[in-house]
Amino acid sequence: MAAISSEAQAARQDGGQPELHPRRGYAPYRSSVLRHPTHALVKADPEEIERTSPAFGHTDVDSYESDLTIQHSGEPLGERIIVTGKVLDGEGRPVRNQLMEIWQANSSGRYVHKRDQHPAPLDPNFTGVGRVITGDDGSYQLTTIKPGPYPWKNHLNAWRPAHIHFSLFGTAFTQRLITQMYFPGDPLFALDPIYQSIVDPAARERLVSSYDHDVTKPEWATGYRWNIVLTGPKSTWMEQDDDHE
Amino acid sequence: MSEFAQTEFVQTPSQTVGPFYGFALPYEGGPELVNTAHPAAIRLHGRVIDGAGVGLQDALVEIWQPDENGQISRELGAHEPDGYTFTGFGRAATTRAGDFTFTTVKPGSVGGGAPYVLITVFARGLLHHLFTRAYFVDVSALEALAETDAVVKSVPADRRSTLVAVADGPTSYRFDVRLQGEGETVFLDFDA
Repeated sequence: MAAISSEAQAARQDGGQPELHPRRGYAPYRSSVLRHPTHALVKADPEEIERTSPAFGHTDVDSYESDLTIQHSGEPLGERIIVTGKVLDGEGRPVRNQLMEIWQANSSGRYVHKRDQHPAPLDPNFTGVGRVITGDDGSYQLTTIKPGPYPWKNHLNAWRPAHIHFSLFGTAFTQRLITQMYFPGDPLFALDPIYQSIVDPAARERLVSSYDHDVTKPEWATGYRWNIVLTGPKSTWMEQDDDHE
Repeated sequence: MSEFAQTEFVQTPSQTVGPFYGFALPYEGGPELVNTAHPAAIRLHGRVIDGAGVGLQDALVEIWQPDENGQISRELGAHEPDGYTFTGFGRAATTRAGDFTFTTVKPGSVGGGAPYVLITVFARGLLHHLFTRAYFVDVSALEALAETDAVVKSVPADRRSTLVAVADGPTSYRFDVRLQGEGETVFLDFDA
């Protein structure tokens, strides 16, 4: 990972564009080796169907689905947290009334999934699934439990940094995004090939939430803030076009 | 907001869906854009295959398409399908063998273009999802289609057939997604 990182840094210093997304083939993440395309992607202009997105609204999602701590009869174990922020497009406009889906491990680092065999306890009061529709200002707020790190078999002593999976729909289907939000100061960042597959340090930093004491609620929960930017298909192209031509 | 003081709104990076989305993303009726009893119902199915020819048991496939008349749905409720309203969106998790199956209708032409279904693939090991199109044309019509369709035109002739949903029954179409290797599917980049 260090070699790829310094090679990427050198390319950037030579005037290369920052790599906004992870590399599709990133050998330190073993599962990517046989699963990334070897041909360059074909550049396409989105047509009307791709410039629209499925319609979601408050009739699709119950308001209580944004609170992952009230889905069972008792309180889940772990550190209660509030995660809030805005979903914006490439021009900084709010992405309104769009669906956000999240899922995560519990505070012990265990998913409610039959193939997760990590010998950590399941929490009968925590499933780890939530949904929310963004507000008129693009904002969202979730109440949940801070997930724990967990081991995986990518390499010896591999542990994922604590993270929450986010799935987002924008106003165009080409804005569709699935990503992961991380927590500040995690000691596992430098060792995690999924996080490090984003070779540009500033780009991967965008996946790290910040602790926000104004979001924190007394006697109740700590607060984190994380904003998400879904760019339209053309906005990055225009910037790069200006730079190069 | 202070985080965006530079007024630069840079895209948030993608990350893999991971192996454990299964308890969160699939939902009842997700693969059924229409009921199997719908008079125009078709089966759109295939397998997501890796570079070693193995089906992916932890892939998620989404489709987004117009209805049979080329109308783009603006109906709410794609996540709680009622079996009657066509929302144009479907989601299916792959089986242990890597197969996915949707019940839908053949897409109509939007604005006179060639009819296709937009397909998005997520999976463990895919650090960024992949977009492709399943065109509902005969493979023998690809050369003619390349004259009118900008995407098909920009694809080398020997790879174009990977963009076709092949009829394998009276109302059944097969579209395999090969992530890598021989017959690698053409994937599209809408950001460029």
